[in-house]
Amino acid sequence: MSDLLWFFAISTCLKLLLIPSYHSTDFEVHRNWLALTHSLPLSQWYLDETSPWTLDYPPLFAYFEHFLSIFAFLIDPQIVDLQKGLNYTSNSVIFFQRITVILSDSCLLYGVYRLTKDLDSGKRILIWVLVVWSPMLVIVDHLHFQYNGFLLGILLISLSFLEQGKDLAGGFFFAVLLCFKHLFAVAAPVYFVYLFKHYCWCGLVKGFRRLSVLGAVVVAVFAVAYGPFVYHGQIQQVLRRMFPFGRGLCHAYWAPNFWVFYIVLDKGLAFFLRKLGFAIQTPEASFTGGLVGDSSPFAILPQITPLATFAMVLLALSPCLIKAWRNPQPGMITRWVTYAYTCGFLFGWHVHEKASLHFVIPLAFVAVQSLENARHYFWLSIVSCYSLFPLLFEAQEYPIKVLLLLLHSIITWLAFSAQFTKGEEAKAAARIKKKDEQLKLKGNSSRADKKEGFVIGGVEKSYLVGLLVVEIWSQFLHPLIFGDKLPFVPLMLISIYCGLGIMYSWIWQLRWIIRSPNL
Amino acid sequence: MERTKGRKVVKDKEVGDGDLCWWLVHKGIAASFLCIAVFALLVRVAISLHPYSGAGNPPKYGDFEAQRHWMEITLNLPVKEWYRNSTTNNISYWGLDYPPLTAYQSYFHGLFLRFFHPESVSLFSSRGHESYLGKLLMRWTVLSSDALVFFPAVFYFVLAYHSGRSNGHKTHIAWHIAMILLSPCLMLIDHGHFQYNCISLGLTVGAVAAVLSNKELVACFLFSLALNHKQMTAYFAPAFFSHLLGKSLRRRNPALEVLKLGLVVLGTFALVWWPYLHSMEAFSRVLSRLAPFERGIYEDYVANFWCTTSVLVKWKSIFTIQSLKLLSLGATVSTCLPSMVQQIWAPSNHGFLYGLLNSAFSFYMFSFQVHEKSILLPLLPASLLALEEPFLLKWITLYALFSMFPLLCRDKLILPYIAVSALFVLIYYVPSGRQDRKEMRSFNSFFTICLVSCSVVLHIVYLTMHPPHRYPFLFDAMIMLLCFSQFMLLAFYTNAKQWMLMKRSVLLDKEKKLH
Repeated sequence: MSDLLWFFAISTCLKLLLIPSYHSTDFEVHRNWLALTHSLPLSQWYLDETSPWTLDYPPLFAYFEHFLSIFAFLIDPQIVDLQKGLNYTSNSVIFFQRITVILSDSCLLYGVYRLTKDLDSGKRILIWVLVVWSPMLVIVDHLHFQYNGFLLGILLISLSFLEQGKDLAGGFFFAVLLCFKHLFAVAAPVYFVYLFKHYCWCGLVKGFRRLSVLGAVVVAVFAVAYGPFVYHGQIQQVLRRMFPFGRGLCHAYWAPNFWVFYIVLDKGLAFFLRKLGFAIQTPEASFTGGLVGDSSPFAILPQITPLATFAMVLLALSPCLIKAWRNPQPGMITRWVTYAYTCGFLFGWHVHEKASLHFVIPLAFVAVQSLENARHYFWLSIVSCYSLFPLLFEAQEYPIKVLLLLLHSIITWLAFSAQFTKGEEAKAAARIKKKDEQLKLKGNSSRADKKEGFVIGGVEKSYLVGLLVVEIWSQFLHPLIFGDKLPFVPLMLISIYCGLGIMYSWIWQLRWIIRSPNL
Repeated sequence: MERTKGRKVVKDKEVGDGDLCWWLVHKGIAASFLCIAVFALLVRVAISLHPYSGAGNPPKYGDFEAQRHWMEITLNLPVKEWYRNSTTNNISYWGLDYPPLTAYQSYFHGLFLRFFHPESVSLFSSRGHESYLGKLLMRWTVLSSDALVFFPAVFYFVLAYHSGRSNGHKTHIAWHIAMILLSPCLMLIDHGHFQYNCISLGLTVGAVAAVLSNKELVACFLFSLALNHKQMTAYFAPAFFSHLLGKSLRRRNPALEVLKLGLVVLGTFALVWWPYLHSMEAFSRVLSRLAPFERGIYEDYVANFWCTTSVLVKWKSIFTIQSLKLLSLGATVSTCLPSMVQQIWAPSNHGFLYGLLNSAFSFYMFSFQVHEKSILLPLLPASLLALEEPFLLKWITLYALFSMFPLLCRDKLILPYIAVSALFVLIYYVPSGRQDRKEMRSFNSFFTICLVSCSVVLHIVYLTMHPPHRYPFLFDAMIMLLCFSQFMLLAFYTNAKQWMLMKRSVLLDKEKKLH
């Protein structure tokens, strides 16, 4: 534990140093939530429209903001003032909000601790390096500003309970997580199938009793969260705020997922058909403009509705659900949950690029299991970290994000190669011993010296080189050649390229899940 | 003999297992250096987000404006005008007072700034320029100088220092690198307060590494460059001089060796000073800019001898500047004499590093016109000696940080101060299972706890309380006194250590002869 604290403290020092850096509008969003949960009665929380940044997280998060606002009021009353606090950016509010993020990361710390306490020291340190020093968390939470470390911590706690076989507690924490941020609900089908099969599938009477206990726990969590709003008769308003489907299929900056290819295909088809002489209308809503209304943004391909994306996600999830149904084993749950988040990221409705955190962080716990997984993780973490680069677009943060990614790739490379060379060495030594014993031939030992270290494949390597090319193009060559023209091209390029990478990772994960033996 | 060696190897492996950073070192020095260097660079970038000295504080601003102004001057005026007071170059407004190499460096950085943001270095109109891009570009010039000068020099040093030793555990090397690269004071002054110490100190580290790998001529060249970048590097001059002299005396042809070294030094100086060598007048003008004796024997509350004892003895009113000059010269020379004699008598790589520390200490304590920032100079050899003297490094770093606390408070750098000191302590105490840390247990007990808590309390008092009206600088004086006492103790200790080193080597020699 004290060693883990050391890793955590090092990253905390860096986070403290990053306090004055750029923060996005999410900072003001959270400040507004502090203000409205502090100065308004509970019944007004989901109705208030003083600021455009209305409350759109589930109630537990609102309670959390209310809790924070108590301290905010003590530090500087203007932070929690609904009117005077709008776009307030004094040092007090910046320090206060940044430090709440840093402190709330202790939840992540506890989650990591719980998940790693039974592992051997080598793997444990590896996971700490990957998760506690994750560059993506630094970029999203401590530069861009969000509370993902805290929320992922709850997810990790839930997973750790499941891995230990304590299904009830795992289910409880997952329900809590859902009441903090509903975007995590993508993994709910996996949880449902797993808990149903692993926890409740044991005879009729016992099973029914367990099912009702589990149900009661989940309902209790939801009742605590949503109860007050049901009491005020606002549940519809709360849900409308939480699921703003009007926001469109893609975010202003396209998250690197499946829909990027769909849009590009549509644009490409429209372009060629127009060249061939067909009269194709230009859609009114454009994807590069940001907010999208109800009109179809597609020229040729059919419009995508939220329901369609929902069906796609379920379809993509189905192999994993079948596996979980057939053979619910605790050792696989982390992998399944990360797979679910990958599907949600690829096919979901209005996905943010930040959502890639939901699968990259838990995947670190899987990555240390074998060399193949490590290779995949090394590559995926670089790609998804790179896909976050457009979040920080100002010059001041440019060296920070580049150095973060560089440091992360050097560290993971060093750590994985140390871990797996060590393992291979031990294996090789064992092999030599066996051979020596069996054949009494000492000449053969030299062959076993050829150890298989941590090397990534040719495709992956060339993809990473391509990443560098994309970055150089979009940062330096594009402005140099085109000037201010076509400003969306670099961003589009990044999301298409990273989209390819994440699709590849999805296929890789899917293959792994299908191939895993039904023990 | 064979068996004990085997056991030691096994022990090392066990240590490696409980070690948090085993993954860092298994690919060799270069890979771990790269990793630590990227981290160190990241920390530097993060520090540079914070304010600098004199930010938004007209009319004189601070060191940031001084450096920017030098870029403006060197970029827009011919070389001969750089040090001369004229209608275009008002010397009283941050006139250039560093040696020519700094001026050339300012010129090149000025070119960089002009390419991206011409307004930030235009003559006259750019005074007090503080735009987003201008500030950023200035910060990036320091970052790039650090990455291009200091980091490679440290790499060279680490290679040279560890090449002769086979017994060092790999994690120790990584720790050593981290201690040098993540020196909190240097990072805060260069990337927070805003200066280019990384260049002169980097050149010095390069020279030290050259000495350690027996390339005296390279060492002379690099050290002369360092001297020509910042005259303060002269704090190390006695050590370099005595060590190289001592070494030359042991060669077959001492006079020739000394002559060679002297020629390299003179040649380098001539090269750097070339534009000012055409007339005596130009030369002496530059020289007079470099030695601002009129600024008094000390400034602010620096924890050195003159400033601390001025509480009791009013040096400034008793003596004239002329006699103070002589007094401080005498004190400095006499205090660094023992260490010089030791190095001339028995030059050794180890003794050389101690000699650097001792001469820097005596200059910091007794020389004329010392800043708080000058503590960086004793700090450098202390960090190079980290593996020999971990406790010394910790102690001097913490008190050097403390002695700069009032300065950093004025610069509004308290947050990075806290974060970077915490980072230093964390890395110093990395739970790596290093068993042979030569920390004095007894010293680590009551006495140190007392001192540490004392300084923590002083920090809090300084930040939260107002000093009494009669003594507005009471807290500064208290900090100064505390730091001075610690520096004095450490200086005594390192001087004694340098001489003891010789005794030990003599003993070892005797043992060898006996066997």
